[in-house]
Amino acid sequence: MQRIGVFVCHCGTNIAGTVDVKAVAEALKSEPGVVFSTEYQYMCSEAGQNIIKNAIREHQLTGVVICSCSPRMHEATFRKTASAAGLNPYMVEIANIREQVSWIHKDMKAGTEKAIILGRAAIAKVSLNAPLIPGESPVVKRALVIGGGIAGIQTALDIADAGFEVDIVEKEPTIGGKMTQLDKTFPTLDCAACILTPKMVDCAQNEKIRIYSYSEVSEVKGFVGNFTVTIKKKARYVDELKCTGCGECTEKCPQKKVPNAFNLGLDNRRAIYIPFAQAVPKVATIDADYCNMLKNGKCGVCAKVCGAGAIDYKQKDSFIEERYGAIVVATGFNPIKLDAYEEYGYKQSKDVITSLELERLMNAAGPNGGTLLRPSDKTHPHTIVFVQCVGSRCDDGKGKSYCSKICCMYTAKHAMLIREKYPDTEVYVFYIDVRTPGKNFDEFYRRAVEEYGVHYIKGMVGKVAPQPDGKLLVQGSDLLADEQLRVEADLVVLAAAIEPDKTARSLGTMLTASMDTNDFFTEAHPKLRPVESPTAGIFLSGVCQGPKDIPETVSQAGAAASKVIGLLAKDKLTCNPCVAHSDEMLCNGCSACEKVCPYGAITYSDKEFRGPNRTTLIRRVASVNDAVCQGCGACTVACPSGAMDLKGFSNSQIMAEVDAICK
Amino acid sequence: MQVNNTEFKPKIVAFCCNWCSYAGADLAGTNRLQYPADVKIIRVPCSCRVNPIFILRAFQRGADGVILCGCHPGDCHYTTGNYYARRRMTLLFSMLDYLGIEKERTRVEWVSAAEGAKFAATMNEFVQTVTKLGRNRKLEDLRCRK
Repeated sequence: MQRIGVFVCHCGTNIAGTVDVKAVAEALKSEPGVVFSTEYQYMCSEAGQNIIKNAIREHQLTGVVICSCSPRMHEATFRKTASAAGLNPYMVEIANIREQVSWIHKDMKAGTEKAIILGRAAIAKVSLNAPLIPGESPVVKRALVIGGGIAGIQTALDIADAGFEVDIVEKEPTIGGKMTQLDKTFPTLDCAACILTPKMVDCAQNEKIRIYSYSEVSEVKGFVGNFTVTIKKKARYVDELKCTGCGECTEKCPQKKVPNAFNLGLDNRRAIYIPFAQAVPKVATIDADYCNMLKNGKCGVCAKVCGAGAIDYKQKDSFIEERYGAIVVATGFNPIKLDAYEEYGYKQSKDVITSLELERLMNAAGPNGGTLLRPSDKTHPHTIVFVQCVGSRCDDGKGKSYCSKICCMYTAKHAMLIREKYPDTEVYVFYIDVRTPGKNFDEFYRRAVEEYGVHYIKGMVGKVAPQPDGKLLVQGSDLLADEQLRVEADLVVLAAAIEPDKTARSLGTMLTASMDTNDFFTEAHPKLRPVESPTAGIFLSGVCQGPKDIPETVSQAGAAASKVIGLLAKDKLTCNPCVAHSDEMLCNGCSACEKVCPYGAITYSDKEFRGPNRTTLIRRVASVNDAVCQGCGACTVACPSGAMDLKGFSNSQIMAEVDAICK
Repeated sequence: MQVNNTEFKPKIVAFCCNWCSYAGADLAGTNRLQYPADVKIIRVPCSCRVNPIFILRAFQRGADGVILCGCHPGDCHYTTGNYYARRRMTLLFSMLDYLGIEKERTRVEWVSAAEGAKFAATMNEFVQTVTKLGRNRKLEDLRCRK
């Protein structure tokens, strides 16, 4: 018979406000097996934990039930407490009476009754618990970073700095990500390239870092400490080792009409290209959709001019298998497509552009060499209108419900830069709210208004109508003056919402890392574990977790790196002991469990058993590899003979919980 | 939504997978979204851990409704667990229907860790449905009642 202790937490008034904790502790005292029952203000505090420890020692408890917050919150805490008092940590069960009782019920009576029933269920379960001893598994001391933007680069550099090998997988031909396309960065107006490209070079030169550019992750197997990842290296038709990045081919290629993706289609490039001058690796790539040689076998100019003989038209996609102990997701973002926003005329007029396109137009390496000209007629714009929150904070189904966070600041930056360079240009900004939380952010915005004379207008734009003379008629409302405004603009800039990269969803599925409804990766705890995914061994860096600016991304990247380093510094990891096990006496060797196991953790072997009349029988029975089993329990249900069970969530335990609830 | 002014409070057992739905239920709590206290949650590692026997046992012991919640198809923490659960429950529920346990008393629902609101809405709706159906008299083993 177990000797069970029950500990009911008040959680201040979080629980005690709607649950009569004293009555719960009193009611559970008479449950079978319970020898001690008490309540306390904060069980998770040091004093609370001491109450548990003392009771375990004093009453020789063999099982502990804690009625408190969710086990997802403090199960680990209370297991450690039990362990410190000499009790097996897996002899602890938690009845969730905060998230699943006190916070969702207002009625004290109903709440108290439910808390007692949940307490009973936990007592019934813990009476059937058995001490579990976790196994150990080795750690592969290498990390994978998926995405080579500023988030991925910073994470990789920090991990490499601690002495661990790290690979970056980047789907574009170069690392650098969105930051390479930016002109200046707020609130200091540093040139983006000047602060980013040295980091890109650091990555290339660091002997601990390997860059797989123009590559994607195609398969992920394994678990924390031991992932096996298949990386697909897409054919770039250029031998990376031979190419010197001289750029001869990109000048001689006769196919000149390829929209330049790096400049967002504002100008053209050749079919063989290096995205920009500081690309890392500086290797040419052939765009198979436009290359005449690859499409119809006629051309071959690049191969002729290449002194290094690097062109290889027969190159195929190749697959590489690598092992890692930890994986960091840094897949970043894209501005949303604006097709649904017809009222702003983005598709009708070339002079309605997105903010990212404006970055390219203002960049010295951009299509106009840094001179701001209208895309339609290459004239200097004298009136520019910025429209904020295009698709952000939007509940109409067309856009995103969240705030994209960066738009207020980059628009202030754009407005300021334009007013500084072209003082004859009038700049209007239509906004819902101006959000400037961040160091020196509000000062920056106020400078735009006060020093640079940018016209900020609180109100939304209803329509942008292209006029026959090439102007854009912007109709909007000024909420503060309570009047309708009409501005004749030469250029309209839309602050498009940002959304997670399209590859994130399929990657999330591959990694079994959970995501929210907007396809941002979910963190293990929104406040206390912001850079870890709930899936062990998967870490989050940058905008893939939620909208962020560059300083925030870099700090999160460093935090993710430190978590990875903490993991890789261990030689062995403690495995989850709640794994399946097979009762060999009941197993009939049917293979049903083996077929449903997603991890291949079940194997069969012939074993000798004692038969009747001193005979020996040889039977085929299942056995589970503890290090590979993740404890889902699919096999337990598939097993027709009831031989397979799951430690920690056994058939009898769950059945006891059902009984207690239905009593 | 109570019928005949009786104080009928259904007994509802909810099996929730640890990774998505249990977290979704926690989120409903964190956001203070109300749903009736008649729902009692049992945490399981994965929806595929739920043996049909557990559900039969619940009805035998007097449960009025049983709901199984797991990760959305394709998002299972263990890759394929929820697909097994879906197939098993389809068979089980059609058998239960044949035995006289109305289809409305059993349900499978996908709730992600981010869908606290969906969890609360689902539970509110399920409790209403089961309350309307009244006490479950089929399959209940009266010897188990004290």
